[in-house]
Amino acid sequence: MIPAPFDYVRATSAGHALELLTEHGDEAKLLAGGHSLLPMMKLRLAVPSVLIDIGSLDELAGIAVDGDDLVIGATTRHADVAASDLVRAEAPLLAWSAAQVGDPQIRHRGTIGGSLAHSDPAADLPMALTALGGSMELAGPNGPRTVAADDFSAGYFETAMEEDELLTAVRIPRRPGEPWGYQKFTRRANDWAIVGVATVAGRVALANMGARPLRATAVEEALAGGASVSDAAALAAEGTEPGEDIHADREYRQHLARVLTRRALEGRTG
Amino acid sequence: MKVQLTVNGEARADDVEPRLLLVHYLREVLGLRAANVGCDTTSCGACTVLLGGRSVKSCTVLAVQADGAQVTTAEGLATGGELHPVQAAFRQEHGLQCGFCTPGMVMAATGLLSENPHPTEAEVREGLEGNFCRCTGYHNIVRAVLAAAGQLDGEGALEQEVAQ
Ligand SMILES: Cc1cc2nc3c(=O)[nH]c(=O)nc-3n(C[C@H](O)[C@H](O)[C@H](O)COP(=O)(O)OP(=O)(O)OC[C@H]3O[C@@H](n4cnc5c(N)ncnc54)[C@H](O)[C@@H]3O)c2cc1C
Ligand code: FES
Ligand code: FES
Repeated sequence: MIPAPFDYVRATSAGHALELLTEHGDEAKLLAGGHSLLPMMKLRLAVPSVLIDIGSLDELAGIAVDGDDLVIGATTRHADVAASDLVRAEAPLLAWSAAQVGDPQIRHRGTIGGSLAHSDPAADLPMALTALGGSMELAGPNGPRTVAADDFSAGYFETAMEEDELLTAVRIPRRPGEPWGYQKFTRRANDWAIVGVATVAGRVALANMGARPLRATAVEEALAGGASVSDAAALAAEGTEPGEDIHADREYRQHLARVLTRRALEGRTG
Repeated sequence: MKVQLTVNGEARADDVEPRLLLVHYLREVLGLRAANVGCDTTSCGACTVLLGGRSVKSCTVLAVQADGAQVTTAEGLATGGELHPVQAAFRQEHGLQCGFCTPGMVMAATGLLSENPHPTEAEVREGLEGNFCRCTGYHNIVRAVLAAAGQLDGEGALEQEVAQ
């Protein structure tokens, strides 16, 4: 499978990428790791006429501490997030989440910013950012702005970003030593979650239980009110309307959400 | 569009269409046919090569994305007529049957050992998660990678494992 023809431009800086986005409008797509965009272009589900490659921009990559936050550049690869001692110490849930994406080859190419911008509700990192209470830093022709993870995904493959905006970094509150858990239910190697649950410090996020990563607010409220883990986890599917596919129907997904939430709240990973 | 890259230690410069996939560049422009196209959907790993020393699926990388980089394919592993230790271990341990997955397996294993020279059996199995084999049942592939790990540092991880 070969993508439809397109022009390729390698951005020389974040500012250059923004200029190119403004110049080419909705004809153009940013290319980071290419591990969501290129498969879609090969299937001709995406046919951009210009690709703006930001994948090798050092200025957008890297991991640093900024006060109470950890800041991770948008083009930081999943493998580098997973292997970072800083991330493992300050936000172990995020390092674990990055290590669950696909397989080693995919993690060598895919980027944290690409995963968030792609906004697949079954993906690992959007769920992790939701659990962690992170935020996205955007740059655009009208200057920079920040969007909370809870407000970032706007549904299947849609975000709060404008077409001429660039995700430059993600920001995560440092949570060293806080109890966390992560559950990803799959039936095949290198696959997306049929249902996923991530929890840290009383926050609970669900993957593939709707059109976007969801907070399990009923569970969070029950926990805050002193409910036991199993009583709280029993509320995990409340208010959800998960989709149905070859892997699972709605009821099965809701069952998985309850079971996996209990396991995640017990601090288990899997 | 012009690309300049180093493939198996040799400098290459070619004019390519931006949509040309790295695997097609390697196979059709350079005639290096070790990397196979199995699934064409980033799943099977038959097209695995090293890009900047890291394993990648070359069916999901554009040749233009490799501009300026070092690419290594299975053809580039052997030196001076001697098989690379990972290749030799695949032969010794019968880590292949039909051989279709093998170049990708060997490159994924080479990348894995460069990141983790002393993997446990579980780490080898997880490290090869992105490579499918329809013939061997994986057992001898895992043995081969463990054997290569021993050979690479001259210690014999497999012998130690067997001795336990
Ligand atoms: C076989 C396979 C299995 C996978 N399994 C999983 C899995 O288990 N879990 C999981 O979470 N993911 C999985 N993925 C997806 C993987 O995580 C991708 O790496 C990720 O979704 C996209 O990141 P990328 O850098 O490759 O983005 P690209 O493909 O380059 O871009 C994706 C989209 O985001 C836009 N974009 C990229 N960067 C920016 C930016 N900085 N600002 C604004 N827009 C931007 C692009 O224009 C494009 O629309 C899998 C992918 C494959 C091919
Ligand atoms: S052909 Fe590239 S992963 Fe299967
Ligand atoms: S040896 Fe035949 S697919 Fe692996």
